Formats: sequence, C-alpha cells, structure tokens
Amino acid sequence: MNAALVLEQTLNGLQYGVMLFLMAAGLTLVFGIMNLVNLAHGSLYMVGAYLATAFAHWTGSFFLGAVLALPATLLVGVGVEVIALRTLYERDHLDQVLATFGLILFFNELIAILWGRAAIYTSVPPLLGGHLRVLPGVPYPTYRAAIIVVGVAVAILLWVLVTRTRLGMLIRAGASNRTMVGALGVNIRLLDTLVFGLGAALAGLAGLIAGPIYSVQPGMGEEILIQVFVVIVIGGIGSIRGAVVGAVVVGMVDTLGRAFLKPVLSTVVSAPAADKAGPALASMLIYLLMAAVLFFRPEGLFPARGRS
Amino acid sequence: MARGRRALVLGVGGLALALVPPLAAALNQPFYVDLFRRMMIFALAAASLDLILGYGGMVSFGHAAYLGIGAYAVGIPAFHGVDNGFVQWGLAIVASGLAALVIGAISIRTSGVYFIMITLAFAQMLYYLGISLETYGGDNGMRLARRSLFGPVDLTNPAVFYYVVLVILVLCLVVGGHVVDSRFGMVIRAARSNEPRARAIGFSPFRYKLAAFTIAGSMGGLAGALLANQTEYLTPDFMHWTRSGEIMFMVILGGMGTLIGPVVGAIVLLLLEDVLSALTAHWQIVLGPILITVVLFARRGLHGLLAGARPRDG
Amino acid sequence: MHTITRAVLVGLLSALAAAPAAAETVKIGFITTLSGPQGAIGEHMKSSVELALDHLGRKIGGLDVEIVYGDDQVKPDVGKQLADEMLKKHRVHFVAGVIWSNVMLAVAPTVTGAGTFMIGTNAGPHELAGKMCHELFFTTSWQNDQTPEAMGKYMQDQNLTDVYAMAPNYAAGKDMISGFKRYFKNKVVGEVFTKLGQQDYQAEISQLRAANPKAVFVFYPGGMGIQFLKQYEQAGLRGQIPLYSVYTVDEISLPAVKGAALGQFETRYWSPDLKNEANQKYVADFRKKYGKAPVFYGAQSYDGIMLIDSAVRAVKGDLTNKKGMIAAMRQADYKSTRGPYKYNVNHFPIQNFYLLKAVQAADGEFAMQIQKTVFENYKDSYAAECPMKW
Repeated sequence: MNAALVLEQTLNGLQYGVMLFLMAAGLTLVFGIMNLVNLAHGSLYMVGAYLATAFAHWTGSFFLGAVLALPATLLVGVGVEVIALRTLYERDHLDQVLATFGLILFFNELIAILWGRAAIYTSVPPLLGGHLRVLPGVPYPTYRAAIIVVGVAVAILLWVLVTRTRLGMLIRAGASNRTMVGALGVNIRLLDTLVFGLGAALAGLAGLIAGPIYSVQPGMGEEILIQVFVVIVIGGIGSIRGAVVGAVVVGMVDTLGRAFLKPVLSTVVSAPAADKAGPALASMLIYLLMAAVLFFRPEGLFPARGRS
Repeated sequence: MARGRRALVLGVGGLALALVPPLAAALNQPFYVDLFRRMMIFALAAASLDLILGYGGMVSFGHAAYLGIGAYAVGIPAFHGVDNGFVQWGLAIVASGLAALVIGAISIRTSGVYFIMITLAFAQMLYYLGISLETYGGDNGMRLARRSLFGPVDLTNPAVFYYVVLVILVLCLVVGGHVVDSRFGMVIRAARSNEPRARAIGFSPFRYKLAAFTIAGSMGGLAGALLANQTEYLTPDFMHWTRSGEIMFMVILGGMGTLIGPVVGAIVLLLLEDVLSALTAHWQIVLGPILITVVLFARRGLHGLLAGARPRDG
Repeated sequence: MHTITRAVLVGLLSALAAAPAAAETVKIGFITTLSGPQGAIGEHMKSSVELALDHLGRKIGGLDVEIVYGDDQVKPDVGKQLADEMLKKHRVHFVAGVIWSNVMLAVAPTVTGAGTFMIGTNAGPHELAGKMCHELFFTTSWQNDQTPEAMGKYMQDQNLTDVYAMAPNYAAGKDMISGFKRYFKNKVVGEVFTKLGQQDYQAEISQLRAANPKAVFVFYPGGMGIQFLKQYEQAGLRGQIPLYSVYTVDEISLPAVKGAALGQFETRYWSPDLKNEANQKYVADFRKKYGKAPVFYGAQSYDGIMLIDSAVRAVKGDLTNKKGMIAAMRQADYKSTRGPYKYNVNHFPIQNFYLLKAVQAADGEFAMQIQKTVFENYKDSYAAECPMKW
C-alpha cells in the first residue's frame, strides 16, 4: 500500500462522490422544497442516459447529444411533475414512496419497449478518451478527471444559484416555510415545477455522464438510487451543503473500503478470515455509516434550517 | 364497532379461504391451493407490517428483513439436520423479534424519511450478510431438504399445510386485532396522531412503539418460516429492498390500519402479478400505473372502497 | 331415435379410433426471465424456442404443441410457483428453460418430484450434476464449473503466471474462481471479490494495476461485465495486460461494448461460427427472423426443444411412456447446434469446450470467433457423485 496508490484511490473516491452529488443535489432540492420522497429520481437518471445516447447517435457528437439531452430530460421531469407527482406533495411519505415506486416500474418497462432490454452502446467522446499523468506511473482516465471538473462546477453554480439569486432566495424560503412563501404571492406551483425540472436535469446530467462508463440498460437507476438516498440522509435532507459533504463522504468511504479494507483487516485477523469478511463488510460499509450517523444525529449532519 | 365488523369479516373471509382446497379438488385444479397458500403467507407479512405502519405510523422500508430471518431460521437448523418444526418456527419468531428489537431501538429515535431510510439500511445490511453466508449458499441460497416436521401434522400434504397457514393467519389477525384495540394499541395510535400529547398524558411512546415493532418483526419472521416451507428454498433475495416495497404496497393497496385490508391487498397484488405476467412480458408497465392510481385516488385502499366512506379509525 | 343412436355410435367409434393421435397435445412449460433488466436473456431464449418450433413445423414428435411461458423475475419462489402452476394447472409434459442456478434448484426438484421431465437449458448447478441428479432431469447446457475449468486449462497450457482474478462476491463468483483454480496451478497474485451488482470498478482497477499482474481472469455477467470492460479499457489496461473471462462477453453484451471487448478471450462450448449444419441453419434463420446475432442461451434453448422432439418421436407420441423417452433422450439423437454429443450418467452433455476471441469482422460487426479446442469430449467433475446407473 504505497502513497501513490492511496492518492489514486482518493481521487477515485472523489470522482465517485461527484457522481453521487449530481444525483443527490436534485433529490435533496425536491425533498427540501416540496417535501417529496422521489424514488423515481433514478428513472430520470436513466432517461438522461438514454436520451443522451440517442441524441449522440443522431447528431454524431457526444457534446451535441449532451446539450440536447439536458433540456429533454428537464421536459420529461416537468411532465412527470405535472401529471403524476404534483398531487403528492401534501401526502405523507408513504404514498410518495409507493407512487414513485410505481413510476420506476413504468419507466423501466417503457425504456425496455422503446430500446429493448439489452444494454445499448455508448462510448467516451474521443476528445476525452486519453489519460492524464497525475503522478509518475499512474495514468488517470481523462474522462474521469472531467467528471470531477463538471461536478465541482455544478456545485459552485448551485451554490451561486441558491445563495445569490432571487430564485435561490425563493428556494430557501420555500424550504423553510412553504405556506408563508405562497401567502406572500409567489406562484408556488411554478416554483415547484421549476425546482423539479432543475432536479430532473441534474439527474439527467448524471445519467449522461454515467453513460460512457457504466452500462446503459433498463433499471440502471435503481443501482445508484439507494446509495444516493444514503448520501442525502447522511448529509441531512434538503441541504445542498449536506449533499456535497454526504456525497464525498460516501464516495470516499465506499471506494477506500473496497480498496483497503481487506489488506487492513488481514493485519488484524488471519488472511483467509479477511478474505471472507473484507468484501462482505465493504458492501455493508455505507449502510453501517448511515446507521451510525443517524444514531448520533437523527436528522443527518446538516439538518435544513426551519424544519423539525 | 370496528371490532365487531372485523370479527365478521374475519369469520366470512376465513370460511371462504377454508373452502379453497375442497373447491380446488372438486374442480381438479390443485394449483390454486399452492397459489392461495402463498398469498396467505404474504398476507401475514403484510398484516404484520400494518401493525406498525397502519396503526403506529412507522413506515418501515425494511420489513422483508424479518421474512429473510424467519426463512433462515428454518433453513439453517434444517441444514444441520434439525427438522423439528417447533424448534425452527420458534427460532424464527424469537430471532426476528430480537432483530426487530435491536433495529427498532436504534430506528425509532428517528422519524419521517430518516426512519424510512434507516430501516432500509438495516435490511440492506442483512441482505449483504445473507449473500456472504457461504456455508448456507451465499447469494444462491439453499434448498430446504424437507418441510418442517410437526409430528402427525404432515406439511408435505398441500391441503394440511394450507390449513396450517390459514389457522396461523387467522390467529395472528385475531391477536393483532386485540393488540390494536387494547390500551397498548391505543397508546401506539395516540403516538401516531400526536406524540407530544401522548407523552404529556404520561405515556412514554418509545417503549410502546418498540414493543409493537418487535411484535411486528416476530410475525414477519413467522411469515418467513412459512415462506421457506412453501418454496422449499430460501435466498437472501427474500430480504431485497424491492420485497420490502412489495409488502408495503400490499398494505396500501388493501388499506392500511385495517389489518384485514393488507390481506386483501396481498391476495389482489399476487393475483394481478400472476394474471398480468401470463399476458405480457411488459406487465410492469401496467402494474406501475395501477400502483400510482391506487395511491392517488383510492387513498384508503380496497378496504376503503369496499367498506364505503367510513372514516379511518385511529 | 334409431338414427340418433347410430350417429352417436359412429361418432364414438370414430372418436375412439382417432384418440391416440388427436387427443394428445404436447404441453411444454418454459420458465425464464422476461421482465426487468435480465429480461434480455429470456427474450433470446424465447425467440430460440419459437424458431425451433418453426423449424419443426409447429409440431413436437408429430403431435400438436402448446407452449406456456413463465416469467420468474429472477426469484426462486416465483419460479417454484410457476412450476406448480404449469404442473397442476396446465398439466404440462415437460418443463424447460431456467437461467439462474438458484431458481433451478427450487424448480427442478418440484418438477421431477411430480414425475415430469425437467429440461434445463442454462443453469447447471453442481448439486443437480452430482448428488441430486435425477432420471427425469436433462440439460442441454453445461455444468457451471466447466467453462472456468476450460479457461484455467488454457491459461495453464500457455504457462501464464502472476494472474489476477476478479469476480462478484456471491456463490457463482466463488464457484467460477474455484473452477478456474482446479486447472490453473501457476501463481495467482490477487483474488478480489466485488460487490454484487457493483457499477464502478475504478478502485479495483487501480489496485489491479498496482499489483502488476501478467494476466487477468474475470467473471462479470450481464451489466457488470459491460461496465468492467469499458472501465478496463478507459484505464488504459487493454493491450497492456491481457484479459481472460468467462460468461462476461457474449452476443448480448458485444453490441453494447464493441471495441472495448476487442481481443477478449472467453471459453465456451458453442459459438455462432461453429461449422455444423444445424448450427448454421439456426444462426442464419435467427438473424433473418430477429435481426440480431443469437447467443448461447438461445442455442441451448433451441436444442432443448429439439431434444424433447427427439424423445416424443422415439416413443411415437406416447407421452405416458416415460421410460422410453428417458432412453431416447440419453441417446441425444437430434441435430444439436453444438454438433453431436453424448450424455454422461448424470444427464449432462459430454462436449467440447473452445477458446473464443472477440474480433471485428469485415462488415464492422463485433463477433466471437473460435480459436482452438481446449477440451475434447469433456465430462464435468461431479458425475461421479451421481448415483444414477444406465
């Protein structure tokens, strides 16, 4: 276990955290403003990946495909919000969990009908295909480095949006007291739709970024969704800051756990025992982390202000 | 009133279910004995979840964990040659109750969506634990060489096993009904509608909620023991989060906080799955919108539709 | 009155005379996964069953055929319920299909226990090849361990060393690695089990690079394989460290990974380019009917239907003659897509295993191509545990 490897794995953890953040940001915003638990957020991620692939195929350019896929996913998100989810805001979480679980089934089958059940082909754009030398002897895929850059940029943009703009002010106000914002004459319905669309676009962005490195197939959203929920619960639901911290923590813990838990364990217990326990424990690590965080802080690390 | 009506529904429903084996035999369609037995097992799981979800307002998204623990409590002794049903099922009830006690003790401190997620997290941990149990088949799970032995009561006879499941289901519903109508149940329901008030009049809801959570876990474990016997096979997949979602949907579909509703929900959902999947491979595109529609428009589930516009008790 | 009696009598007589032929319809229940992400495999199997029936003129052994498909949702308890439904409601004569070992272990004993034939067309868990073998259970696929054993043999024959092995952390993953090591005796520098269903392998790939192996052996079925191959290529390891795999690259995943799989080695008992008449007909007609390349899951399912047809034909349509059908199936007297083969005592095929390589054909399409035969007439390692004698 040398220093270069530790550094490389830290970079991997950061990159994974960035992916999680892009998903978590939309989910936590929607939760914060509309008080909606949206399991179908993973479906929007899948829709983003499929649309980007389809548009890239159509235009012949990954970047054009991405540019078209973002507003398209936003539109899909707005459509879902207006047709199905709008009536759910006032309901309890249970109804929301179930209705959005139904949406997952619907979207997975719809995609299967449109594109088939087998995974479809996606590739890294040639421009981002090479490697960067971050350290001597450690080539790092350019595409993964680009993911980190995009993620950090989105985090900064979101921060500016939420803290420096009028829309952001409304979002913050809506998160702490929805009724009051409505009473002050703000069109809260429009705000809801905007926020949901923004969240959908962010999920779509995560999906289109994921396309070239993951498998684009029906059901791809659920694999990441549960981990994203872990992120926002650890971070504190409704808090962008919480989503950033939660995503990086989960990304790091998961990656470093997978990489180093077994060697570290084998210094404590026998090697065969470490072989057995290591992978099992690494799979459970983020859930253990979440249970531990909630044990000490039942509302996550950064509970959103003004909510009980 | 609620108690009287529930007893009536229970009597009529139990009688109707009791007629399934002779009817199936008369129509020469023994398959329906297996199908309805599986439905009743899931009905038991759904009713156990309803105890905490419908009455206690505790949205546990990890209820399938107890199903898995119950199944392993049958499978692991059987693997080591212990086929005695009293030992296996007893272990299922105790082990899943203990697991629920621990999970509940940590989870009940949280509320709302945090509660949903922490119960999910525990179920996921148990799921991955099941996968890593290599001796017991890991992810593949393991076959149950024979069904649990109960002396002269022979579970390999489909009809006998059917009636055993039916009796257990009815008993659990009766006991569950008494629990929710008791002083204990009142506290749980009071805590659901207004926790500070319950605390103010001198009850500590935490202990009551935890007790309810444990009872529900035990009942879920018993359902798991039955499911292992039904399938004669058990896998960590019994604990997957989508299973928890399915059980939850059975409760909502049937009508939560009714105990009888979830039984109806389980039967209808499994029937729908069976019928739709025979029609088209794309059956989930039909099931999904049905789910959404029920949540949006039939807020009190099938029980609400059938029982008319009565206010939900509790 | 008189005429009526006569009409009834005539009707009865003609009905009796026609009974053996007209009254019988062969009923087959086919269990596979049709919904959800894994449904892609099930679609190939179902398509191949339909193609087999087309080739047989929609008859099995000369009798009319009715086929019932069941979607197991990758759940053993659902599979078991489907088997019960097929046996008790549809009263099928044969149950066939089943992709997953755990579903198979729940389904096969249910079917054979009811005195009905179970024709496995994919999963080959060692239990069914060994202690739990049954005279009514046949498979047209393989025993799970055989494919990694073949890869272990090949890599040992090449005298490769310092091999890094990776698989998901579940039962099949462990079996694949242990099957591989049964024949590969050189040094293994790392053995890594990843989370089942994991998406991102960058952390493991970094560890792999640091271990500096001379070759890598992996088992990543389905979506996991697609992600692993993409990420392996993006890490710049393709071309640097040769990658050998089992059940990772096939005709379902190739269109999704394309160039990222180029040069990949696999072992398998079948490939679309196997040169025999039955296979060429199957591959050509599959392409014509469905517009894509078939995959081994499909070839096995096609064979399963052909095997059933050969058995029903041998007993001249007398479906009550199970002894006769068992004897007929043991001959494997049909045109298999893998070429002629024999059955071992445990009703698993004794067959060749080949080394395959992912190549790009002249038309730009990516395909698997046979390089050499690794095992000839290979028997699985569990047949000795099977008490059946014939």
